Amino acid sequence: MQVSDYLIFDEESGTYIEDPEQVVRDDVEKHHWLNVLRVVLRDWRLYLMLVPMILVFLFWRYFPMYELLGCFKMPDVIKSVAEQDYVGFSHFGTLIFGDPRSSISAEFWRAFRNTFLLSFYGLLFGFPTPIIVALFFNEVRSNIARSVLQVATYLPKFMSTVVMTSLIVMLVRGGGQMSGIGILSQMLEAMGAIDHETAERGLLHMPQFFRAIYQISGIWEGAGYDSIVFFAAIIAISPTSYEAAQMDGAGKMAQMRYVVLPSILSTVVIMLITRIGSLLSIGYEKVILLYNTDTYQTGEVVSTFAIRYGVNSEGASGGKSVGKGLASAAEMMNNVVGMLLVIGANTVARKASDVSLY
Amino acid sequence: MKRKLEISELIFKILSYTLLTIFAIACLYPFLYTISSSISGAHAVEYSEIVLLPKDVQFDAFARMLNNNMFWNAYTNTLFLTFYGTIWEVMLSVFGAYALSKKRLLFRKGFNFFLVFTMWFSAGTVPQYLNYLDTQRVFGSVGVTDDKWLVVIAMGMAAMNIILLRNSFEGVPSEIEEAAIVDGATEMQVLWRVYLPMSKSILATVSLFFAISRWNGYYWAKTMMKDANEHPLMVYIRNTLEQYQDPDQLGAWNETYSPDSVIYAMIICSIIPILIIYPFIQKYFAKGVNAGGVK
Repeated sequence: MQVSDYLIFDEESGTYIEDPEQVVRDDVEKHHWLNVLRVVLRDWRLYLMLVPMILVFLFWRYFPMYELLGCFKMPDVIKSVAEQDYVGFSHFGTLIFGDPRSSISAEFWRAFRNTFLLSFYGLLFGFPTPIIVALFFNEVRSNIARSVLQVATYLPKFMSTVVMTSLIVMLVRGGGQMSGIGILSQMLEAMGAIDHETAERGLLHMPQFFRAIYQISGIWEGAGYDSIVFFAAIIAISPTSYEAAQMDGAGKMAQMRYVVLPSILSTVVIMLITRIGSLLSIGYEKVILLYNTDTYQTGEVVSTFAIRYGVNSEGASGGKSVGKGLASAAEMMNNVVGMLLVIGANTVARKASDVSLY
Repeated sequence: MKRKLEISELIFKILSYTLLTIFAIACLYPFLYTISSSISGAHAVEYSEIVLLPKDVQFDAFARMLNNNMFWNAYTNTLFLTFYGTIWEVMLSVFGAYALSKKRLLFRKGFNFFLVFTMWFSAGTVPQYLNYLDTQRVFGSVGVTDDKWLVVIAMGMAAMNIILLRNSFEGVPSEIEEAAIVDGATEMQVLWRVYLPMSKSILATVSLFFAISRWNGYYWAKTMMKDANEHPLMVYIRNTLEQYQDPDQLGAWNETYSPDSVIYAMIICSIIPILIIYPFIQKYFAKGVNAGGVK
């Protein structure tokens, strides 16, 4: 028997006492499942508290994963996923290599490419912006001024996607017989960013503007609120660090480089991993609300592709029921790539900087 | 030497103030524009003549909206979904996070992985849709034919929020809990009297997240609720927008206000509740995000 495992130093009494948790743990290890049962029964309240959460996640997070098996099966209007026949990887084949009878493969690759590009640009522009905003907030020394600015810039985060997209629709609408172009298009035209013809047609009907609208509205929505976590990391830096750097003759840029950035690096890495984790799970709600048949070319992402073939084709003729299998296969590929990305990012971060999320 | 330092800092300071002010204005402007547009006359709105202040002020668009039963119906539905949905999610999350924060819980790592895995890998929209259809069928077979309860119970629940709560609970010193147990507190009393008051800021943040996502929910409510009388506000606003933007659906419109003004009025009404609770809860954000720690 290893006595040392049982004893921990109790600072209050100044003596060694038995660690109750270790006693229980050893007890559980040594004896049989009866002991386990006894421990569970003694703590039945704790386990009961866990049950509802587990059930909710099981029913509405894990059961859908089972439904995802539909990507290997022949869809059927009547049969459930369990009863459907396996078709192997044929849906994947159709999506990747194409089917002479339809353009579905081209559509899938277009959606995949758009998903990747929207995510990539989101990472490129959307990730650094909150950090810069946090650096700026750090310069605002007046508490009142900072509070006002923070209240204003956090606000868009709490607007619903519907409200935001409705505003976009109305602010950049094109001209018609009875109406003029939206105020935002007018402003952009006045600044020379777009020409009159573009403004007349409406920015949301021009494929080349979809990505810009998506990213800019995303930054508008999130940059203020997302800066909170970086700002918290920056104000945690001790003022003596800045003073020491100033003594060594560091200017503002040198202070940023040698004091601020190293101090917030772990926060940045963790947020980056989180961000990469959701890289391919582009918010489909926003895309659905913003895109239209004119902008499928740049707007359609894998989720909306899946929704078009898997959800909206409900009740369509039997020939379309194959859509559910194809849609599931598309989402399967998207999700697997997304998961590999997060695991990869986590591993790289752990190796490179000893910071990891999971 | 000294002078050069001051200049670089001054430039950065001026830059910070300027850009932040521009950003703050850009964040607030759309809302001010919305208010002005909702009370401006038809011609001014149609031809986007409003820049900041309203023109040809009218309140008929508001009156039309307020006299519309469907609008109130949608508003009530949203209140219902937000109220019960938030209670349901907060309750499950608090219980689950409390259990997960206890080191004595068996298979703790397994349960944690069970949660975290849903953040890495989600089934996607189509399997989710099929799953909701099945749920709808099961609910129907036990007599719950109202899709409201499907939305309340089956949708939502974010693993991230549970993890934030769990981390906050783990930070509660065990001495306080032991003292409470010595005084004869039950498990529920420990949770209610010790853990929740000590995690107030993170609890406020998490509840706000749940409430906001319920209030703003759109896609699944639209997809799963077949009956237009059950639609929440966001679905109603979007449907109205689609109807008003389409000249064929809109039909003849001989009013003193533009159809857009009605949409703007609805948007204002939909964000008023958020604006009311926002100042009270805003002070918790920084604390909440910190305490939960990105961990």
